[in-house]
Amino acid sequence: MSGVDQWFLIGMVHAMFVVLAIGGCMTNRWSALIAPLYALAALACLIGMVPALGTLIAADAGTVSRLVLPVGLPDIQSHLRLDGLAALFLVIVNLGGIAAAVYGIGYDAHTSQPARILAPFPLFLAGMNLVPVADDAFTFLIGWELMSVASWLLVLTGHEQADNRRAALVYLTMAAFGALALLMAFGALAGAGGGYTFEAMRRAMPSPTVATLAALALLLGAGSKAGLAPLHVWLPLAHPAAPSHVSALMSGAMTKVALYALMRGLLELTGTPQWWWGGLLAVIGGLTAALGALQSLTQNDTKTLLAYSTIENIGVIAAALGLAIAFRASGQTLQAGLALTAALFHALNHSLFKALLFLGAGAVLHGTGTRALDRLGGLIHRLRWTAPLVLIGCLAISAVPPLNGFASEWLVFQSVLDATGLGHWEMKFAAPVVGALLALAAALAAAGFVRFFGIAFLGRPRDDAAATAREVAPSMLAAMAGLAALCLAFGAWPGVPLASLTRVATALVDPSGVLSGPLLDGRTAWLVVAPHGELTAVYSGLVAALGVAALTGIVVGITSMVSSGRVRRGPAWDCGFPDPSPLTQYTASSLGQPLRRIFGSVVLAARDRVEMPPAGAPEPARFASTLRDPAWHYVFDPLIGLVTRATERLNLLQFLAIRVYLSLMFAALIGLLIIVAVAR
Amino acid sequence: MTALVIFIVQLLAPVALAPLLTGFVRKIKARLLGRRGPPLLQPYRDLARLLRKEPVLAHNASWLFRGAPYGAFGAVWLAMTAIPIFTTSSLNLGLDLIAIAGLLGLARILIALAGMDVGTSFGGIGASREMTIGALAEPAMFVAIIALAIIANSTALPDMSRAMGDGVGLRVSLALALGAIVMIAIAETGRIPVDNPATHLELTMVHEAMVLEYSGRHLAMIELGAMLKLTLYLSLIACIFAPWGIARDAEASVLAAGLGLWLAKLAIGGLALAVFETAIAKMRVFRYPEFLGAALLFGILGVVFLYISQHLK
Amino acid sequence: MTGLAFDIAHLLGALVLTLSFALLYQRRLTAAINVVAMQAAVLAAAAAWQAITRDSPHLFATAAIALIFKAIAVPLLLHWLIRRLNISSTVEPVFGVTLTMGLGVGITALAILLVLPLTAGETLLLREDLAFALAVALLGPLLMIARRNAVVQVVGFMSMENGLILAAVGVKGMPLVVEASVAFSVMVATFIFGVFFFHIRERFDSLDVSRLEEMQGERHS
Repeated sequence: MSGVDQWFLIGMVHAMFVVLAIGGCMTNRWSALIAPLYALAALACLIGMVPALGTLIAADAGTVSRLVLPVGLPDIQSHLRLDGLAALFLVIVNLGGIAAAVYGIGYDAHTSQPARILAPFPLFLAGMNLVPVADDAFTFLIGWELMSVASWLLVLTGHEQADNRRAALVYLTMAAFGALALLMAFGALAGAGGGYTFEAMRRAMPSPTVATLAALALLLGAGSKAGLAPLHVWLPLAHPAAPSHVSALMSGAMTKVALYALMRGLLELTGTPQWWWGGLLAVIGGLTAALGALQSLTQNDTKTLLAYSTIENIGVIAAALGLAIAFRASGQTLQAGLALTAALFHALNHSLFKALLFLGAGAVLHGTGTRALDRLGGLIHRLRWTAPLVLIGCLAISAVPPLNGFASEWLVFQSVLDATGLGHWEMKFAAPVVGALLALAAALAAAGFVRFFGIAFLGRPRDDAAATAREVAPSMLAAMAGLAALCLAFGAWPGVPLASLTRVATALVDPSGVLSGPLLDGRTAWLVVAPHGELTAVYSGLVAALGVAALTGIVVGITSMVSSGRVRRGPAWDCGFPDPSPLTQYTASSLGQPLRRIFGSVVLAARDRVEMPPAGAPEPARFASTLRDPAWHYVFDPLIGLVTRATERLNLLQFLAIRVYLSLMFAALIGLLIIVAVAR
Repeated sequence: MTALVIFIVQLLAPVALAPLLTGFVRKIKARLLGRRGPPLLQPYRDLARLLRKEPVLAHNASWLFRGAPYGAFGAVWLAMTAIPIFTTSSLNLGLDLIAIAGLLGLARILIALAGMDVGTSFGGIGASREMTIGALAEPAMFVAIIALAIIANSTALPDMSRAMGDGVGLRVSLALALGAIVMIAIAETGRIPVDNPATHLELTMVHEAMVLEYSGRHLAMIELGAMLKLTLYLSLIACIFAPWGIARDAEASVLAAGLGLWLAKLAIGGLALAVFETAIAKMRVFRYPEFLGAALLFGILGVVFLYISQHLK
Repeated sequence: MTGLAFDIAHLLGALVLTLSFALLYQRRLTAAINVVAMQAAVLAAAAAWQAITRDSPHLFATAAIALIFKAIAVPLLLHWLIRRLNISSTVEPVFGVTLTMGLGVGITALAILLVLPLTAGETLLLREDLAFALAVALLGPLLMIARRNAVVQVVGFMSMENGLILAAVGVKGMPLVVEASVAFSVMVATFIFGVFFFHIRERFDSLDVSRLEEMQGERHS
């Protein structure tokens, strides 16, 4: 496909989004528009996939096409650029967009004010489609802010509830902070010469100090959007507050766009990276992963739990990216490529299964009307199709073979093993620590999703809402089924997506072409993932998938031959004392109690308080469990206190006489003039 | 042809012998306690009886409850097949040590979910504790894998086995990695001091509590799966830390010797397990973090010692 | 040095460090004393192995001193003290075992990061020995901080001494005098602590040193 056609399609997609947003404003009056608008949004995303997939699949690693639009700021114009990395993230965004839009057809059919969702929804997609192709700081920031503001409006959909308003406020504050940090990063990189195009930044060789400052600002700006600890606090508030298909997009796609900014910035724009940036990012990633997984295990709200699990996965990706930067800085290009491939693959996989799980949580919400885990139960009998699809998502996110989550975590673990061969002792010691943290995060995630699926879908219904739940609309099931199919396919054939991802990674870490061969074993790419690092190992997703299926089949076959094949139904045994009340089941908080006590008492200051009445007293025993997020407690609460005190002081300025205002302004002007005079 | 025969032996021998190993351990334990103990072949009879019996399902048991025993067994079986028990020249399945740990994780998740399906409190206790042990064991396991991978330069078991067989000198780090993996194996196979496979007190149960609702052929699959898991861990330890006699070429006599040695290693491992279990008491649930934390520590110390000896050579 | 000789020296040095961690893990008093005795025995073996491979007979004397005093005499004395004073055999940690172990790993990493670059150019064994020795010497005080019991504080002190001797073993031509004085200091310390125990015991019926804080007189806080 020629470059012109690609840009034509991308332009058409953005035009469609604008038209759809205008159409969305009218849905309050004409609710019949909802379904066609969502269908058109899905179509727009599908069209947006075409140029991206074309670039990704093209055999030549360095396929880059550029476009300069004569709009925007004078002298700068708008620079657009489509390369492998941008194409990958366009695919991630648009895959999520298709699923969310198809799901929305059924999900939003009965909303009271659909325009609140349908007007910002296309703009959100447009922003996420613009950021990856932007090739100058202004276009980038315009896309970034469009994405932030549109998603902020979507978080405000449920503005009737105070919690959602608070979530939106926190989100807006963090988004503004993040954009400011990115602005500073681009400013530092552009330098005095003002080269605000990314092309100029790539050519410029910033001094180590400037590069480090820019890298730290990028880490703050993009990291806060992605949800790296301790800047993650807005994420578990904002993501669940939005409607479920928007939550899926925010967790599955928007966090990935933030990671895109981190990759683009740290690997391309800041010149030669330094090894300790990578070490820092890897350790932050490991800590974020463990913290996110642990907090996910303590939540009783289905969507908040999923939001914390997003933080965990972002940590995994950031750790792999950090290792890639450390390898790159140490001149180990091959290992850098492998680590980056692992990060990209996990980003792709997470966008699939997290979207699937959020849509599943949306289906539970739609079917039962509640997000409280402790009021669910037994949904496997009511949501007959949703249950197996969500189970696939749970297995994928728990990183067990033969699903796609395992394939990418396996690559991440191989990179951690490679990192033991790095030259710096600090990195050598960091490698097993990061590895142990990631393994802990994976195991905690497995426990968390056993808890999620087990409490919501298994057991007996704890509430009437769960006992009378209804299966959701076919369009919603279709969206989930598509994502689940991709999870299975990428798990069994990881070589297929990896063939493209390795090319993207190679182009990024090896622009000068040091590497002779491909990163992964090309011979058997269809069957086996075999990294070419210092360590040799293979993983065959197909053998894992077919092996488990075949051996399970053999066992089922043999037992059905030997045994009668009949079953008898009876009451549950429960050691002879079955209790008919569903309240005697394990609850969500009792299931997580051992892990909450072991890890949470130190990290989250988790405390369980039991008040037993004295013997014979009629009042009930009470149980309360409290915990706190260390980031709120140690970082944000003091910060908020500081800001509040400062604003109280500044409040005095509101009550001055006009003469005093004038003299203040005059003093400021004189002060600035003096600075200019001295600086000259 | 030889490759196919080797593969079939590799596939079937562990499943066929797993009940025998369990019977052997039970027998030795009984003798150490001064009892005569059940016959060696009793586990086979138990399994055959369970298979013939008609399972009783709770009214609200779902398809997951019925399918999980088979799926979990299939996952453990595949993991077992990926361990070179008597030859490193068998089919390369493309499943390394990390994938084996992952497959065991799949089995664990399926059984934990099945334990919660009927909605009894004991099933919840079991699932909660099982996932806790998993969360504590996994970091230790991965750090032990790091130590082994630094020595063998690979995470594939045949490579590890060969590297160890070639002689790597006296390595305290190897002893530490062995200690870590033994502790993880004890925790994961539900042996004393972490779990007691013979307990009849529900509140102390871990694995047994999850499968309380099972009966008939479903229970048979779970029991056989647990036996196979024990065989798997003993074979894993033997293949990495006692790689003697594992055949490297497909010569019949060497292969036969390798198979015989594997049986001997299993017997020694079973003996050691029985002696250890008889000598020690079960620990409280909230001592698990210390037990598996020590395994993690062993792994990390092993890695650090390896760094030093590699750096200085 | 041949491969095997180095391997054995590495093994013994690493064992000393591993036993320090075992010490941190122990909850029982008698077991802790046994572990520190074992550590001294391994230390003696390390010294003896150096004496053989480096052909420096004075290290045999070091080995003998370590074996006789620290592996046999002092542990026996401590066991006798425990029986004599009827001390309960469990030790309450001040903070959790897992946290102590984590701190221990951090300290080990720090010791290695400090020693290896400083000693560049020295012999292999010396560098490794010094790294392990510094770690052992730092883990001793950690144990003393992490446990309240006075007997464990003696054990921690002894473990620290073991670390110092491990360092001395690696250094060529370290005069015997130093080692003798180190061994002597341990004896003195044990003696002092012994007297000390009797006094605390008489006064408070407990070996919890935190009880001493009550006797500090007026606090300035």
